[in-house]
Order: sequence, then C-alpha cells, then structure tokens
Amino acid sequence: MNRLKAILTALGHGITERLWRLGFAARFFFLLLVHSGQTFSRPRLLLREIWFSGVLSLVIILVSGLFVGLVLGLQGYETLQRYGSSEALGILVALSLVRELGPVVAALLFASRAGSAVTAEIGLMKATEQLKAMDMMAVNPIARVVAPRFWGGVISMPLLAALFSAVGVFGGYLIGVVFIGVDEGSFWSQMQASVDFRTDIMNGIIKSFVFGIAVALIAVFEGYDSIPTAEGVSRAITRTVVTSALAILALDFVLTSFMFRGL
Amino acid sequence: MNRTVLDFWVGLFVAIGIASLLFLALKVGNLGSFSPSQTYVLKAAFDNIGGLKVRGAVKSAGVVVGRVSSIEFDPKTYEAVVSMEIDTHYRFPRDSSLSILTSGLLGEQYIGVDAGIDDQQNLDGSQLVTRTNSAVVLEKLISQFLFDKAAEPPAPKP
Repeated sequence: MNRLKAILTALGHGITERLWRLGFAARFFFLLLVHSGQTFSRPRLLLREIWFSGVLSLVIILVSGLFVGLVLGLQGYETLQRYGSSEALGILVALSLVRELGPVVAALLFASRAGSAVTAEIGLMKATEQLKAMDMMAVNPIARVVAPRFWGGVISMPLLAALFSAVGVFGGYLIGVVFIGVDEGSFWSQMQASVDFRTDIMNGIIKSFVFGIAVALIAVFEGYDSIPTAEGVSRAITRTVVTSALAILALDFVLTSFMFRGL
Repeated sequence: MNRTVLDFWVGLFVAIGIASLLFLALKVGNLGSFSPSQTYVLKAAFDNIGGLKVRGAVKSAGVVVGRVSSIEFDPKTYEAVVSMEIDTHYRFPRDSSLSILTSGLLGEQYIGVDAGIDDQQNLDGSQLVTRTNSAVVLEKLISQFLFDKAAEPPAPKP
C-alpha cells in the first residue's frame, strides 16, 4: 500500500513539476513581450543579436541548403525518369523545399547553431551572476538580455528559411539542368505553374516564422531557467536542442494539417 | 566588433534574405506570371470537370487569360458550375465555347476558350455559359473503344 502511494506521489510530482514549468514558461513569454519595447527603441541591441543568430548561421544554412537541393535533384530524377516525367523535377524540388524541407531543416539547424549559443550565453550570464548584477543596477535583465535575443531569432529565422529554400532550388537546378540535362525551360515553367504564391510560399514563410518563435523562446527560456552551475548550463543547452527539435517537428505536423488539407 | 562592420553584415544578411524571398515569389512561384489587376467573373456549366482545380488556368490560344475561382455542384441540373476570373482586357464573343483540356498527357487540367464569331455581343457574368465541352475521362474513352471493337465484325483469319 505504501509502495503504491509512493509511486503515485512520484507520478504526481513529475506531472505537477512539468506543468509548473510550462506555466512558468508562459509567464516568462508574457513578461518578455511586455518588456520588448526597449528592444525596438534601441535597435543596436537587436542588430547585434541578428548578427549572432542570423549572419553567423549563414554558412551552415547556405551549405546545407545547397546539399539538400543537390540530393533532392538526384533522388527526384531517379524516381521521375522511371515514369518518363523528368521535366517535373522542378516541381518536386521546389514544392518539397518551399513547403517542408526549407522551414523544417533550416529551423533544426538554427536551433542547434543559434539556439544553443543563446542558451549557453544566458546560462553563463546567470551562472556568473551577471543577470543579478544587472538587476542590482536597476537594469531589467529580461528587457536588456532576453528580449533582444528572442527578437533577433524571430527575425532571422524566416530569412534563413527563405535562403535555404532558394539555395536548395538552385542546387536542384544545378543537378537537374546543368549535370543531368533536364530541359531548362520546362524545369522552370512547370515549377512556376504549380508553385502557388499564397498556398505554398506564404505558408512556408508562416511556418518558418512560427518555428522561429518556438526555437527562440525555448532557447532564451532554457538559458534563463538553467541551474547556475557548469553542469546545469550544459544540461540546459542539451534541453534546448532536444526540445526545439521536438517542438519543430510537432508544430510542423499541426501547421501542415491546417494549411494543406484538401490539396 | 566594429559598429560599421556589424551594420554592414546585418544589412547584407537582411538584403539577401529578402532577395531570396523575392526569388521564391517571382521565379519559383507564380506571382509574377499572372496577377490581373481587374477581372470580371464568368460562370460556365460543365457535365464533367475531370480533375480541374480552383486556381487552375483559363487559357485562350495557349495564353493565360484568367484563373478558376470556384467550382460548385448544381443539384438541380446535376452539372458542375465553374466560376472564373478573367482579365478585363480580354473579352470573348457571346458564342465562344469553353472546354476542359489537359496540358500534356498527364499534366494539370485547364479551361480552354475558343473564341466565337459573334462580334456584336461579348460574354459577361450575367448568364451561364452552356457552350462547353467536358473533360475527357480516360475510363469512358477506353470502354467506348472496347465497345466499338466488340461491335466490329471479327477480322478474317488468314
């Protein structure tokens, strides 16, 4: 009987702990939005964060986008040419990049490149008591440290996803048209005929925007909430990458089922 | 990090990000190809629309002149009523006929407009266009072919 009671207590403790953390994250998000005004009235803070999370992620985004496009071109051609419709390669590459791979893979790379860096930075600031020192100087650490990092990530993410898709389409073009020799005119014209601006490209942008909010929020929250020790910060970084990846994939499914139903 | 260098790189990043968005919209997507400023609505009744979809093209002589805006089923006449938005620059005679065609063997379906000869009156949205040809359904075509084949007298054996 006592054993059962202990098991139930442990279960309940685990659930309330997680719910409490979720509620804390929600309150943190609200506080972050309230204190966001300073971010936009001091654009220099924001510019620095766009530099850190956007510009420094450019290399990994561009190179991976190119390789994803190249692979899509090769694999797509292999399958399509069996049915004698290798001209449809442009549609395949563009639709898979713009709708899914662009936002999702760019967000996964962004979480591991920029999200982890943001968590590490804020976590170390907490561990070395810089956040407390700011509070002592009447500088709100959420307005000064957290909000610019959050908005920097939110602004960078859609741009990075668009770059990923564009470079990927170029990679598909390189393999399909330049190396294999698919007809260039039908590659582009079939692509333009079936990729719709509103249903495909806009939905991709909305997806990448939502992923940007999710990844940036998880990154700043894990950093702010980390245990201020070396081990605590390293665990917070791991949690950022894992939680972001799960959140991106789950959100992707939810968004896709809303956006592309009946197509 | 020097301030101007940082500004330069952030500016470059945002610029190429927006440039790639434009590339996606204009070169990959269909935003640049056909976006009429002013349109008028035509409605046509078809026996069978096959695989026609909303946002499908309306072409005349191979040129895109409009897009399909909605497809409905009329429960009284058991026909499909297709509404299309046509660019106001293009007017078609009253006796024009609409047919559902396929681009290529397995391509997407679109509405083709064959202009008529009546130069007094043009088509407008006031009445349903009934001079239409339905989509070709492959199964019907095959069964027609088999039926004709069976009706033929058997070929004399050599």
